[in-house]
Amino acid sequence: MNFSEVFKQSNQLCKVSPDGKYLATCVQYRLVVRDVSTLQILQLYTCLDQISHMDWSSDSLFILCAMYKRGLVQVWSLEQPDWHCKIDEGSIGLVSSRWSPDGRHILNTTEFHLRVTVWSLCTKAVSYIKYPKACQKGIDFSRDGCYMALAERRDCKDYVSVFVCDDWHLLRHFETETQDLAGLEWSPNGCVLAVWDSCLEYKVLLYSLDGRLLSTYSAYEWSLGVKSVTWSPSSQFLAIGSYDEKVRILNHITWKKIAQFEHIATINNTKAVVYKEVEKRPAVGSDDLSLHNITIGTTLFNTQSKYEICPPPVQVPVVKPDPDRANPKIGVSTLAFSSDSRYLATKNDNMASVVWVWDMQKMSLLAVLEQTSAVRCFQWDPRRPRLALCTGNTKLYLWSPAGCVSVQVPTEDQQTWNSCFMTLA
Amino acid sequence: MPESSLDIFPPKVKDICSSSIECRPSPLRQSSQSSLPLHRNYMLSTFCTEKNVQECLSHISQEVSSLGLPPVWMESGGSSEMNVVAVLNCIYDLIQLHRRGLRTLENMEVEQLKSSSNLDYLQLTSTQLKEQLELSKRENTGLLERERQLQLKVKSLQNCLKNEKEEVQKLQNIIASRASQYNHEMKRKEREFNKLRERLNQLLVDKKEKKQAIDVLNNIGRADGKRSLWKTEKTEAKHEGEMYKTLLSDYDIRQRELLLENAELKKVLQQMKKDMVSILSSKKPTLKDDQHQDDDIQADLEEEVFDSSKESVELYCVHAREKLTNSIRLQWRRLKSHVERLDNQASLAQIGRSKNTDAVSRETHEEEMDRLKLEIQQCKDFIQTQHQLLQQLSSPYDEEKASLLSDCYMLQEKERFRDEWKTLEEQRKIFERERRNFTEAAIRLSHERKAFEDDRATWLKHQFLNLSPFADSNKPQMSKSKSAFLISKTEASAASAPEKLIKRPSDTTSPTPRCVPLTSPSTAELYPTLCLVPENRSTKPKRLTEHVEESSNFLNGNVPAQHKHWNDREDHSSHTLTKEKTSSI
Repeated sequence: MNFSEVFKQSNQLCKVSPDGKYLATCVQYRLVVRDVSTLQILQLYTCLDQISHMDWSSDSLFILCAMYKRGLVQVWSLEQPDWHCKIDEGSIGLVSSRWSPDGRHILNTTEFHLRVTVWSLCTKAVSYIKYPKACQKGIDFSRDGCYMALAERRDCKDYVSVFVCDDWHLLRHFETETQDLAGLEWSPNGCVLAVWDSCLEYKVLLYSLDGRLLSTYSAYEWSLGVKSVTWSPSSQFLAIGSYDEKVRILNHITWKKIAQFEHIATINNTKAVVYKEVEKRPAVGSDDLSLHNITIGTTLFNTQSKYEICPPPVQVPVVKPDPDRANPKIGVSTLAFSSDSRYLATKNDNMASVVWVWDMQKMSLLAVLEQTSAVRCFQWDPRRPRLALCTGNTKLYLWSPAGCVSVQVPTEDQQTWNSCFMTLA
Repeated sequence: MPESSLDIFPPKVKDICSSSIECRPSPLRQSSQSSLPLHRNYMLSTFCTEKNVQECLSHISQEVSSLGLPPVWMESGGSSEMNVVAVLNCIYDLIQLHRRGLRTLENMEVEQLKSSSNLDYLQLTSTQLKEQLELSKRENTGLLERERQLQLKVKSLQNCLKNEKEEVQKLQNIIASRASQYNHEMKRKEREFNKLRERLNQLLVDKKEKKQAIDVLNNIGRADGKRSLWKTEKTEAKHEGEMYKTLLSDYDIRQRELLLENAELKKVLQQMKKDMVSILSSKKPTLKDDQHQDDDIQADLEEEVFDSSKESVELYCVHAREKLTNSIRLQWRRLKSHVERLDNQASLAQIGRSKNTDAVSRETHEEEMDRLKLEIQQCKDFIQTQHQLLQQLSSPYDEEKASLLSDCYMLQEKERFRDEWKTLEEQRKIFERERRNFTEAAIRLSHERKAFEDDRATWLKHQFLNLSPFADSNKPQMSKSKSAFLISKTEASAASAPEKLIKRPSDTTSPTPRCVPLTSPSTAELYPTLCLVPENRSTKPKRLTEHVEESSNFLNGNVPAQHKHWNDREDHSSHTLTKEKTSSI
């Protein structure tokens, strides 16, 4: 694995263009666009304020930079560096800004979620969408970019509006049977919309594209409910992670639960491979601790780590969350399917340093990766069944069905580095 | 006399008699007491007669004394008169004794009766008590059983209680978490509300309202390059249509997939059915009591034939599907029962066969075992030998040995190579020498040639001049060649020159012989050398002449004929050279 030299970026704003050719990073109020292969600086743009959010358009021609404090959005063109666009939301404020799938409209959510303003870069036209809901995931675009689902709340009731992204025509508007809608997500084939309730009620509703309710799923009552939801890339499975530390898989034909994955503290499964990260610090003798050595040798503090396979039974470290606090750190918060839908990676919040990999063909646990510190994020390779994860130290960990490896990333500081994963071809 | 005394007291006598009868074991005991007197009489008559009075007396006195009574008869004097008083006393004592005995007997009988009644009573009570004990034992077990059940119940109730408590706890936890979540949400909403209020205030206060605006340099085209359309009903309808199209296509895809899956599964089921039918039908001869099944199997086969002909149409019909699944179920059940039957048969057969076939099987088993053991042994030996060889090859040596051994295979060859190398070296040296000699000879030759040419020239000149009348003056000028002057003028040295040359090949002083003939040539001598006048000269000139051709050949034969005779000068050198040549080779 080759690493580039380290270059600065702030606010964890570092994104690769969708076509994979350019890399954009933000440093304070500057936007730097580099070529991915050579890392040469191609363009340099200056914004009016510190950039809070940056995103590429789908055709990799434009970049939007949002400055929430100022309520400004500036759009830059890669082809024409002189082209400029500035959207000022005025007194109404700005809370979030995003591209539409066609790359020609910008959706700004105003402060207090008063409305969503749709700015068109083609016609300078403005559209407004009222009553958007402020929730975990209130807006979702279908994968083919044709439709947008928006969660609304009117008169203490939840609604979902489906818009056609072409001309922002309201296609469907229906009420959902949720108490307090927390999020919605399109299935990858764009035909089914999964809608889930807040954590106070375990309820997942499945709506067809035309607004019909296909199915409702509720695993249990009362206890804290759904924490995270994700579709498999083939649209076959819907994985629901909940606060009871379990993941439930629904199938797309009957919308019934076909499997349930539990994250237990003692792993007795002999078929699963448990990888444990073992760090070994290089042994330092007392005479070595001269200033000279310390200043020169960053390797003094760089620990080598490798994976060891632990035989079952294995005890997984569990951290019990504070029962009095809201949004407890318990339950399955992160779910990710591999691109071929064969594997599912999950993270249970009270076993924060452990990543679980499940085999979807056998519906059983395949591997457990236990790290030395809490896992910050993980992501699958878009082409191969390969999982990359990071825990906030200077190493990158990779898992594949063949095995597990930890790679040292050459950075000087042991800070969190952005896990903006663009896997190598 | 005793008869008369006895007659007086008949009832007592009776008693006495009965006691006397009892004292002495006699077969008359069984007789009844009514016939006693007769017996008594009979007995008494037999016991004591007039003849044996004394004996009887002594006997009786003995007996009486043995009973502890005063003696009846004193054996003092010789008189046979009995002391009547003593006898009466004795009799009275005896009667008392008898009475006492009877009393004791009575008492004992009473005692015995009492004890037997006691015994009976005790037995009765014991049986009663045993029964009571049994009863109480049963009661006890019953009570224990009840207690056990009650304990179980208690345990289960405790478990229930624990579960309920846990449930309550869980619900309480849930309530607590929900409450904290609600509180959190409430606080968040309140914070947002406050922010909103502040903002509203700020906006009301703020005169200058910043309007929304977009500032674009120029409009950019749509992503797909098309022109945007007006929002009309048509477009709306189009959108609806597209949406439904997407949905339909998705359903289509799904349906197709399900169809494929279905078809595959049906194929598999058909295959299974065929296999099962074939298995069952092949087992037909072994089944004796399955006549009815044969018919079914026949029916199935017919069905199958029917089915396969109309497969594609039939399978999509619900009835056909049901038929298929039902038939599969039926076959599967049959197969299962068949397998179970086989299993039973096999187990029975095994049990029945065990004794008969034990010997046979064991024999074969043992044979097999022996064979395998032999094989194992062979393999082991083989492995052992291999191991040993391997050890030999890889075992560590001493260094010398190692080096020796490592060289040993090559030693012979090395020796040979060394010898060859030596010879080759020698040869090389020789060749070098010869080469050097040749080069030197060539150099010398060239020098000599030059000298010879010069000499020839001078000689010719001289000759020419000699021919003229004033030739002698130039004689000493003849040999201008350096070598000729320098080297010896004696003939002796000339003679030994060739030898010298041979001895010292490197020292090419070949000019020496050459100069010899030069120093003092006379025309007479020269004529033969010039082959003008062939004469019998010494061997040397002959040789010289002989070698003329050789030398001419040697010197590349470019020498004209008139110079041939001068070649003899070089003959020496050539001669020696050739000599050297021959000597070396």
